[in-house]
Amino acid sequence: MSAPTPLKRRKGGMTPIEPFVSTTNACKMCKPLGACLAFLGIEGCVPFLHGSQGCATYMRRYVISHFREPVDIASSSLGEKQAIHGGGPNLKLGLLNVMKKYGATCIGVATTCLTETIGDDVSMLLHEFRKEFGDLPLPALVHVSTPSYGGTQAEGYQAALRAVVDQLAGSEAATSQVNVLPNFVSCEDLRHLADVFDHFGLDAALLPDYSERLDGGAQEDYVKIMPGGTPVARIRTMGGARATIELGRTLDPAKSAGGLLAERFGVPLHSLGLPIGLRETDAFFDTLCTLAGRPTPRRYELARGRLVDAYVDGHKYLSGKTAVVYGEEDLVVGLCAFLAEIGITPVIAASGGESGRLSCAVKAVTDGLLRQEPEVREGVDFYEIAARARELKPDLVIGNSKGYRVLAKELGIPMLRVGFPIHDRFGAQRVQHLCYAGTQALYDSIVNTVIDKKQTDSDVGYGYI
Amino acid sequence: MKPAIFEQRSKQIVQKREGDEFSIACNRDSLAGAVSQRACVFCGSRVVLYPIADALHLVHGPIGCAAYTWDIRGALSSGPELHRLSFSTDLREKDVIFGGEKKLEAALLELIAQHKPNAAFVYSTCIVGIIGDDVGAICKKVSAATGIPVIPVQSEGFKGNKRAGYEAACRAMMQLVGTGDTSGISPLSINILGDFNLAGEIWIIKEYYERMGIEVVATITGDGRVGDLARCHGAALNVVQCSGATMDLAKMMQEKFGVPVIRASYFGIEDMSKALYDVARHFQDKDPGIMARTAALVKEELSVLLPRLAELRKDLEGKKAAVYVGGAFKAFSLVKCFRHLGMKVVVVGSQTGTEEDYKELAAITDEGTIIVDDSNPLELARFVKDLDVDIFVGGVKERPIAYKLGVGFCDHNHERKEALEGFVGMINFAEEVHRTVMSPVWRFTPRRRGSLQPVTALDAAACASTVSPEPAKEAAS
Repeated sequence: MSAPTPLKRRKGGMTPIEPFVSTTNACKMCKPLGACLAFLGIEGCVPFLHGSQGCATYMRRYVISHFREPVDIASSSLGEKQAIHGGGPNLKLGLLNVMKKYGATCIGVATTCLTETIGDDVSMLLHEFRKEFGDLPLPALVHVSTPSYGGTQAEGYQAALRAVVDQLAGSEAATSQVNVLPNFVSCEDLRHLADVFDHFGLDAALLPDYSERLDGGAQEDYVKIMPGGTPVARIRTMGGARATIELGRTLDPAKSAGGLLAERFGVPLHSLGLPIGLRETDAFFDTLCTLAGRPTPRRYELARGRLVDAYVDGHKYLSGKTAVVYGEEDLVVGLCAFLAEIGITPVIAASGGESGRLSCAVKAVTDGLLRQEPEVREGVDFYEIAARARELKPDLVIGNSKGYRVLAKELGIPMLRVGFPIHDRFGAQRVQHLCYAGTQALYDSIVNTVIDKKQTDSDVGYGYI
Repeated sequence: MKPAIFEQRSKQIVQKREGDEFSIACNRDSLAGAVSQRACVFCGSRVVLYPIADALHLVHGPIGCAAYTWDIRGALSSGPELHRLSFSTDLREKDVIFGGEKKLEAALLELIAQHKPNAAFVYSTCIVGIIGDDVGAICKKVSAATGIPVIPVQSEGFKGNKRAGYEAACRAMMQLVGTGDTSGISPLSINILGDFNLAGEIWIIKEYYERMGIEVVATITGDGRVGDLARCHGAALNVVQCSGATMDLAKMMQEKFGVPVIRASYFGIEDMSKALYDVARHFQDKDPGIMARTAALVKEELSVLLPRLAELRKDLEGKKAAVYVGGAFKAFSLVKCFRHLGMKVVVVGSQTGTEEDYKELAAITDEGTIIVDDSNPLELARFVKDLDVDIFVGGVKERPIAYKLGVGFCDHNHERKEALEGFVGMINFAEEVHRTVMSPVWRFTPRRRGSLQPVTALDAAACASTVSPEPAKEAAS
């Protein structure tokens, strides 16, 4: 693990003072949470946290409040005895229970700080488990090392995907499949991506795909594992795919699933940014055109046309505005790319993540469009973001719910909720971010947020704005 | 009922049968892999201490424990709001290898300098128990350097369940109790324990007591203050709500300072009234008028409450409820609350109830009611479906189970934003139950699809005939 970048607190201007050692109002979550989300995107898979009961319960509550769907995360429920003597027996008992009662066809085991530190060798334990219970129909067992002190939820998400591919993908015969690793995006985004590939005639294997599990229909019976998700069979054939598209500019192929598929099976990797904004979406569609050997379907050309038209129609509401943007690093990069196109300067681009790649990525997507470079902050908490925002006085807050009280309310400025978690609004699963359609939705929301503020602040009661 | 879903848990689920000797297994470790709705020791401590608004709450561990508990409860404060910030030592790999003591000390010093709290609580998480940081020693050192109490909370997640966390929190608070000046406290005085001022509930209860002529010395921990805790041993009585969260503190105070204890629940009509009358009775020797004042208060409140309840009851009569809550004490009150609405509780359970609690539940529920300890989504879903309930009362984790199956829901947990305590709380509760149960949306869910009537077919002629083309003429005829 690289040493954390020292945080410089600023007071009343630019004088750096002693770096803070504590974190106040974290702008990140812990690593196992990301792993659980990734596992939820695999068909028939139950995420399983090897640790004490609280981790699973806290994360369930956190995820449920965003998706408003049942989220079952099993736990090995370690107590003091197991912490001393090792959590192996509990892990095995827990796996058996999940197999029997949930009928899981896949179990994704993620470690926690407790089990990493007491030194449980999960790989060996699973090996033993497979031998001991080889007579039973065993589910696909995947494990990932996610000590909470070892990174953020974004890293846990990527680590889980890499582990899944590492442990399940084989070098099967070449298929026409295109692996799509969409990053942590909304359920609506996943559905849209599936449509886009479909319309291009491409056979996309989306990993993960929690669009149905975490945004499904009402049920007659409680379904133990909601339908949907990437079938394990599709993951097994990923090594023979004709290409991988991996979204996220701050991802390091040495640590990503796409990187592994390229390294081990020679699957050509197309690393792209999240398609947010015109240019990042153009780049994404260009890649699809090349892969599909056909031009962009007319419906997307039309969507692109409408987006450019909207950029023009709404430009005066937005030109010259400033925003503070925060969240997962790849999302922040995508949002900056988009904001720069519509004349909003992201004066602060911040994340609790510490990939070391955020500055470079933000610069790459905003270069030539912004007259003032965004202040990029990695590894920060909301306390520091708020301190800088008070000085820079942005017009808008763009990010997840956690910035509401400490930024938007405190500064008295409007907020656009994107990303995860959204705990104080309805429909978080259906927020669109990606491609021309998602950008259009974001654009309309931003313009309307600005109009609403102008209308509310005025005594006139404008009927036309 | 079909057999238990998890055989190992079969003794933790009991159906009430008249004449049967009631026995249930409880207070067990959660079953691995069963997706318990329980949390951990840290969670127990955090929920109890969290509302102390002028204290610094520093979570010593990796970021998750602090992140997931940041401002999660609506525990309101009438003054400082330091409790609504989330502080963490954010331990990293190198801290785990070399120990987190230095980081903890530096974090405490900088945060205390910056926020000037009246005390600091330092929560140990799982990892701290494993790497063996001497949190007590650091707290002592920082306390000496800063002049404020810096109190370790031994809340390593794996060292038990939520209940163990309550106890750790009480031991931590006990370090403050007895350190303040008690002069000027009325002989008619109480501490309110076990209320967390969700949606301002403690203000409702405090106002009742004040109308009775009683001084409330400390509210523990809702709208709590370090200074109040320090002098609360000067109160004449501890009134403790909730199953266990703060009972340990009351016991410790009774032992050390001789403060007597009574239990109370502020949910529902009987329990709310009983709480006030019990306190009045305790003080009637010192203040003979107190019983009459209390009776007048209850009468006045009921005169508002009862007519509204009667209205709501008309729609709710005969509906069925499932209750699954953290502590069993709340479940007692809820069973009674539903009776006032003409509703029957057919499933009732808790995460951390004791055998005594469950016996009491068995005594007050109807024949056939399912009583369950430390349940999980699969079981809860089966109960909801098999017993065909109309509303589920629980917390955020239970909500999606209810909604997925097309059943109404009432959040009776720490995250609720509606006051449910007091007489006014009973109205709010009844209104909320009515709002969810009576919503038309359930008719469209798969469970009720059979009862759905299609819309009447469009009949242009029929519509036209209801609107007279010449209203003036019609009026004349």
